[in-house]
Amino acid sequence: MVDQSGARTTASPPGRSKVTGRLRLPVAAMAALTPAWLIILLVYLGTTVWTVQISLTKSRMLPSSEFAGLSQYQRLFGTARWSNSIENVLTFGVVYVLGAMVVGLLLAIAIDRRVRFESAWRTMFLYPYALSFIVTGLMWQWLMNPEIGIQATARAAGLGWFTFDWTTRSDMAIYAVALAGIWQSAGLVMVLMLAGLRGIDADLWRATRIEGIPMWRTYLTIVLPQLGPSVATAFMLLTMGAVRTFDLVVALTNGGPGQSTEVPAKFIMDSLFARQDLGLATAGATVMLFTVMAVTIPILYARDIWTRRQNGRL
Amino acid sequence: MRLLLPSLTALLLVSTAQAQDLTAEVAHSWTSGGEAAAVKVISDAFTARGGTWVDWSVAGFESANAAYISRLLAGDPPTAKTAVAGPEVTELIAQGLMNDIDTAFHAAVPDGVVPQVVLDAITMDGKVYMAPTGMHAGSWMFYSMPVFEKAGITEAPTSWDEFFAAMDKIKAAGLVPIAWGGQSWQEGIVFHAVVLSTIGAEAFTKLYKDSDLSVIDTPEFAEAVNVFGRMRDYVDAGAPGRNWNDATAMVIRDEAGVQLLSDFIKGEFTTAGETPGIDYGCALTPSTDSLIFLADAFTFPKTGNADEDKAQALLAEAVLDPRVQADFSALKGSLPIRTDVDTSGLDACAQTAIELVKQDKIVPDAAMTLSPAINGGFKDAVGAFFADPAMTSEAFIEQYKAAFANG
Repeated sequence: MVDQSGARTTASPPGRSKVTGRLRLPVAAMAALTPAWLIILLVYLGTTVWTVQISLTKSRMLPSSEFAGLSQYQRLFGTARWSNSIENVLTFGVVYVLGAMVVGLLLAIAIDRRVRFESAWRTMFLYPYALSFIVTGLMWQWLMNPEIGIQATARAAGLGWFTFDWTTRSDMAIYAVALAGIWQSAGLVMVLMLAGLRGIDADLWRATRIEGIPMWRTYLTIVLPQLGPSVATAFMLLTMGAVRTFDLVVALTNGGPGQSTEVPAKFIMDSLFARQDLGLATAGATVMLFTVMAVTIPILYARDIWTRRQNGRL
Repeated sequence: MRLLLPSLTALLLVSTAQAQDLTAEVAHSWTSGGEAAAVKVISDAFTARGGTWVDWSVAGFESANAAYISRLLAGDPPTAKTAVAGPEVTELIAQGLMNDIDTAFHAAVPDGVVPQVVLDAITMDGKVYMAPTGMHAGSWMFYSMPVFEKAGITEAPTSWDEFFAAMDKIKAAGLVPIAWGGQSWQEGIVFHAVVLSTIGAEAFTKLYKDSDLSVIDTPEFAEAVNVFGRMRDYVDAGAPGRNWNDATAMVIRDEAGVQLLSDFIKGEFTTAGETPGIDYGCALTPSTDSLIFLADAFTFPKTGNADEDKAQALLAEAVLDPRVQADFSALKGSLPIRTDVDTSGLDACAQTAIELVKQDKIVPDAAMTLSPAINGGFKDAVGAFFADPAMTSEAFIEQYKAAFANG
């Protein structure tokens, strides 16, 4: 962000106001961007509009153009599995986003203390992020299976009291999914935070040392507030990931036991394919779209204000 | 896209016209070992009759369907497509997208050899639209003979009281009573088998074919919910999420007593080298005298090409041939839909089923009579109920009923 806005300022010739400088765009660049714009307009926006439109019709197996008002939404919210899915994704989202942020931040701080073999640790913690959610899900499915996984191993080693059967319990399964998600995403948060930590002035540390402020307080009250953009970026990436969660659930629990780990994205895919219910699927997708927009737009806006304030523009 | 489609269609029409007359592009998702061998029986019979078979197989039923529907809507459907003979086809028929095969069907099949319920399922407005390949039967109980022996059970239980007494014995012997596949679609099959056993064939048809919801309020239906709920006490901790074949493996390895599911699991026993009557046994679900059947069929989209119409009729003829019906079912593990075919090649379990088919003791599966959305709602309710012992029968029944309303 800082780099981008910096480049923008230098690009505008001195003496001219920033606003006009921003509006004047080279023709060649515009021409080069045209295919990308067309794709965005036709593919992304086009299908989005189509989805919203279908959700307002009587469509079931085949798309229909017969207007049906909000009746698909009525059906959607009358379906127990949809309300279950929303509850689940909220629980998952809170645990997953906060968990990944806290674990990622702690990892970043640990590495920032100039540990030995720093790059080895960094690679190791980032590696899970390179896996697909399907692999993560399958791996944790085996690890958390009480008959063959961690529980069975611990019990075979003589720890008869050891119990770790979250995936088979309706009340705990969603936390099992969150745990696998945290394992996967904490590395990404770590990298984002580490970049922020490295941007902090070394003089600041010297000053706190002279003042005799304990390290944890320095991190909590001085360093963390300076990591604003990194935190916002990590939070937004994780939140969007949480709302979209699909493959992790499919591989780990497939929504079970019962409906205890069903999530909206899986509901939409099932409605679209297995249940051949276009209307319900598009209604669910539309609800999800507006939810994501409601979360991301304020964050993007806040981050923009924050960055501009940092650069002294506001 | 709009501009592209007609030209693509035109291109395809030209290419099919140039090829041999009776070319059929056949869409199916029968790709696993036994299934692929079974499809080959049909393609061989079709080729022997002078047709040219072009295979369009997409692994996975759902992805096959999605690809098919988009081609159908684009006006470029394949010549034939396999499907469950149910609402997903009748909706396409109602939209005028399908060809009937009435003439070919009646030429190939004499009156009275296809059970009336099957005939009802493939007929719309007095015309036959589908060529059934065979049917699968739910409401089965497969059990391990060695486990039964070890637990001191001499005969397959025929009532639910006997069943639970037997399960107690297996539990006492230190084994898993029910090999449970804890996925909602499997639980749905078990639940409907239990429902059939308590409410009987007539009420079953009334509920799932005529959507007569008053059946749900009867004490017999409540009894089914009760029996189903009791099964929770007889499954192991690893049951949630378990695949059906992993559950079957537990019975094969003689670690678990019974598995309740459809006849398609028989293939696992056969592959493992087990013999019915010695290593494993099969019986209908306790206190049941009918089969819940699910018919697979070829369906024929309108292609607007007279040659392809002829190929469709020829394919229907091949599918309905008595020899093909018998060979196909032997490989697929299904039952022929004709009662006049030679079934001596089928195993003991299938023989029991064939007797029931001949006596018309079969009821259509809900998947053949109700929309995929309603069936999905059933699975959601059943899966949630089994996973959560705290869920009351009343709450479950309410959610189950809602499936009809929201589907």
